[in-house]
Amino acid sequence: MTEMTKPEIWQDVPSPFCGIASDDLQIKVEGLTVSIVENGDDVTRKGFETPITDVSPRINGKDVSLDQAISHITHLLRDSKQPVISGMATDLNGARSAIALADKSRATIDNMDSAASMRNILVLQDTGYMLTTLTEVRNRVDLLVVVGSDIEASYPRFFERMVWNKESMFDQDIASREVVYLGKAPTGNASTSPQGKKAQVLVCDDADLPEVMSVLRAIVNGKVVQAKQVGGIAVSDLAVLAEQLKQAAYSVVAWDAGNLEIAHAEATVQTLCEMVKDLNLDTRSSGLPLGGKEGSITANQVSAWQSGYPMRTNFSRGYPDYDPFLSDTKRMLDNDEVDTLVWLSSYNIDRTPPTSNAKTIVLGRSGMTFEQEPEVFIPVGTPGIDHAGRTFRCDGVVSIPLRKLRDSGLPSTFDVLTAVEQAL
Amino acid sequence: MLTRLTGGKLYDPAHGVDGEVRDIYIRDGRIINKPLDEKITTEIDLRGKIVMAGAIDMHTHIGGGKVNIARTMLPEDHAQDVIARTELMRSGCGHAAPSTLTAGYRYAEMGYTAGFEPAILPINARQAHMEMHDTPIIDKGGYAMLGSDDFLLRMMASNDDQQAINNYVAWTLTHSQAIGIKVVNPGGINAFKFNQRKLDLDEKNKFYGVTPREILLRLARAVKELGIPHPLHVHGCNLGVPGNLNTTIDTMEGIEGLPMHMTHIQFHSYGTEGDYKFSSGSAQIAEVINKHKNITADVGQILFGQTVTASGDNMRQHAAHPHAHPNKWVSMDIECDAGCGVLPFKYKDQSYVNALQWMIGLETFLMVDDPWRVFLTTDHPNGAPFTSYPHLIKLLMDKTFRNDVLSTLHPEAQKASHLGSLDREYSLYEIAIMTRAGAARLVGLADRGHLGAGGAADITVYTDHADREIMFSTPDYVFKDGRMVVKDGHLIDVTWGTTHVVKPEYDNSIEKELKPYFDRYHTQKMGNFKISDDEIVDDGRGSLTVQPLHKGGPI
Repeated sequence: MTEMTKPEIWQDVPSPFCGIASDDLQIKVEGLTVSIVENGDDVTRKGFETPITDVSPRINGKDVSLDQAISHITHLLRDSKQPVISGMATDLNGARSAIALADKSRATIDNMDSAASMRNILVLQDTGYMLTTLTEVRNRVDLLVVVGSDIEASYPRFFERMVWNKESMFDQDIASREVVYLGKAPTGNASTSPQGKKAQVLVCDDADLPEVMSVLRAIVNGKVVQAKQVGGIAVSDLAVLAEQLKQAAYSVVAWDAGNLEIAHAEATVQTLCEMVKDLNLDTRSSGLPLGGKEGSITANQVSAWQSGYPMRTNFSRGYPDYDPFLSDTKRMLDNDEVDTLVWLSSYNIDRTPPTSNAKTIVLGRSGMTFEQEPEVFIPVGTPGIDHAGRTFRCDGVVSIPLRKLRDSGLPSTFDVLTAVEQAL
Repeated sequence: MLTRLTGGKLYDPAHGVDGEVRDIYIRDGRIINKPLDEKITTEIDLRGKIVMAGAIDMHTHIGGGKVNIARTMLPEDHAQDVIARTELMRSGCGHAAPSTLTAGYRYAEMGYTAGFEPAILPINARQAHMEMHDTPIIDKGGYAMLGSDDFLLRMMASNDDQQAINNYVAWTLTHSQAIGIKVVNPGGINAFKFNQRKLDLDEKNKFYGVTPREILLRLARAVKELGIPHPLHVHGCNLGVPGNLNTTIDTMEGIEGLPMHMTHIQFHSYGTEGDYKFSSGSAQIAEVINKHKNITADVGQILFGQTVTASGDNMRQHAAHPHAHPNKWVSMDIECDAGCGVLPFKYKDQSYVNALQWMIGLETFLMVDDPWRVFLTTDHPNGAPFTSYPHLIKLLMDKTFRNDVLSTLHPEAQKASHLGSLDREYSLYEIAIMTRAGAARLVGLADRGHLGAGGAADITVYTDHADREIMFSTPDYVFKDGRMVVKDGHLIDVTWGTTHVVKPEYDNSIEKELKPYFDRYHTQKMGNFKISDDEIVDDGRGSLTVQPLHKGGPI
């Protein structure tokens, strides 16, 4: 629960804007203006401080009432032969209402970041993995290996909160923690310890990452590698890293699937996850998938429990039909398979729908600007600012309660979609 | 509005009613005594029908992180059982890890009106409640998992007094909105994080020096002293390990007479005799249960076919991973709180071990004398999906059928079991005890599981079919809080059940320790960990029912 100490200052406010969902923010609210007083960063400042501009729903650019907009969406969905509900950047109840509506309107559901999350989900569905969660990392990690990802760009407080925290409950010497980057070099210094120890960096091109990961796994398993270097990294350096992994008591191998922009990145994630399993024959090691921006974990979770399947599930035949390739929003739009697109994006004004020939409905954060004015636009409230809600963190285990911080009068995604579902 | 269910043959063990013809009166969702002069608005003729309270599944994995991992992991399993949307029902999927909506519909269609999630990780409780909120018709609730959480182990390592532990247990139960306390591989999930690969009853956690036996005693005592009606719910050490029967007996005998529920005891009843070094320990286990009146157990029967195992016990699940079928599995360390492991599994009737597991479960049902202390579960979905309950009931009620199945199983396993010589057949009255009256008493539901005045009108009506599987698969009627939701085995209405909890009293000064603990070590604030009553009510469809406590107090 968030407590209000003074009328306008909120303590322990959770942020839905990045996957680590820090919940120690101090926030000031004056009228409709929100600002972070303490524990902000680039991601959360933008998330909380983006001002409200437009408040009126629009049809083809003209202001209309909310009822008119809802009625228009209902007509579009009623006439649609292949609707897609995508984006899915919303909270728990927004996701619930979107999936209920997809079920009723025989739509396909997808998330704006499915390309990234599928890199992990496909591994889960093929071989599985051994993972850990943020509090375990904070207290136990002795070796952090970051694969192909620049963590601090997307999760600015990851190192402060999970690696260079003041103390571990197991009396670990925090300063002795090791950080190794494999693939990308970090863009900043968040991974440098407070004592000034820099992360070790083994750089390769993204395109070489699959090979580098495979060789590292092979060395961990005691295989002899004839090559001297792979992707520009000396095999002897990988051998040192393999040894560090074997010697560590609780290594954590982290990646952000959104950063792995290579073809079939799921295969590299799989190699990484299988290496972690191999390490656990003797010691402890865990994977840590970072992600979960814009409610993507929430969308996958709710979809899984309501339908049995994650995102990219199609209800056009009356039952859930999961296909991670065919039900990709972008592929469907590019192929002109979609006549009506419902785009949910309540967190970030920059996450607008892809341009397409489909009739487009946007339930978006106030302040969005469009390359192509959607047929219907409803500015909706942002979960955790304009209305209460719940969202999942990147680990898919912890979910946090989001608070209503101001009274903007903007409807929630749930309000709008539930009204549409009832009207259908 | 007064409804009379006329002329049914009632099996209501809570009131000692064994097959007597009686009328039932329902008003405002409750069963009432025969009113003196009120007009009956609806009458349903139940002459010749069997009437029981709605069934209660006291241990079923229906909500929470590991179940949802299982769902996401198994598209190929869902594909065989996808459910199309109807006017009444949402689409979904069934079989091993059904969608929440389908699970609710199917439970109701089998005459079940409540199910309890047995492994709610406090840190994941919010998700468990989200999923149960999306599970229609049935009532729900759950047991909060403790015993591998670092806060408890720290308290024990520093030898805190029992009162402090009671406060922590009550605080956790209250803020995770649970009705009971569960312990899974006591301390073992924690030990696995320190790379311990097994933890026997008297083996110490490497870091804390605390043993499973001590954890069980502390928690069982807390539950008793707090007056929580549901006894400490125990998934013991060494699940699935041949020879674990000795640990299980030691666990039951070592609890010093405190109330304790041993869950899926079939998985903990294995000896090491014979050529396969795997034998049935059910006779010894049943003997100990029969002797110790403080002990209850559910069986965790396995049935043959594909399923998925989802457990908090990642130490044991990790060890079992070579048996995953298909070969994919998940193990997680979770938040200095607990863990989980998910493995798809296929029980094969021509496997010696699986066949013997099937026999051990049935032997346990048949050798525990008191049906008030043994409960019908498959540990859904770990032993088999809950949809196999009617089949299991037939195995218990029909010796000929049971022995016919037995004769088709692995021949060496048949020789290793004396199941064929057990003549017992469960009666309808005993089935009603196991699945209704006993389950309600065990969970602590004062107003469920019986047909007396004041009880909720959760009622199931069957045709007395000689084939008990058919009978229990397709009730004639199911009433949920007085509303007819199933007719002729098919859903006709969708309602939303309540969430049952208990709210023990405790000293809230425990937060003076917990708040800085969360601040220093956790990645979530204490205030954000707590689940408010409003979150259970949620969009208005949910509700909380606070069940009465037992008399507590220091032992």
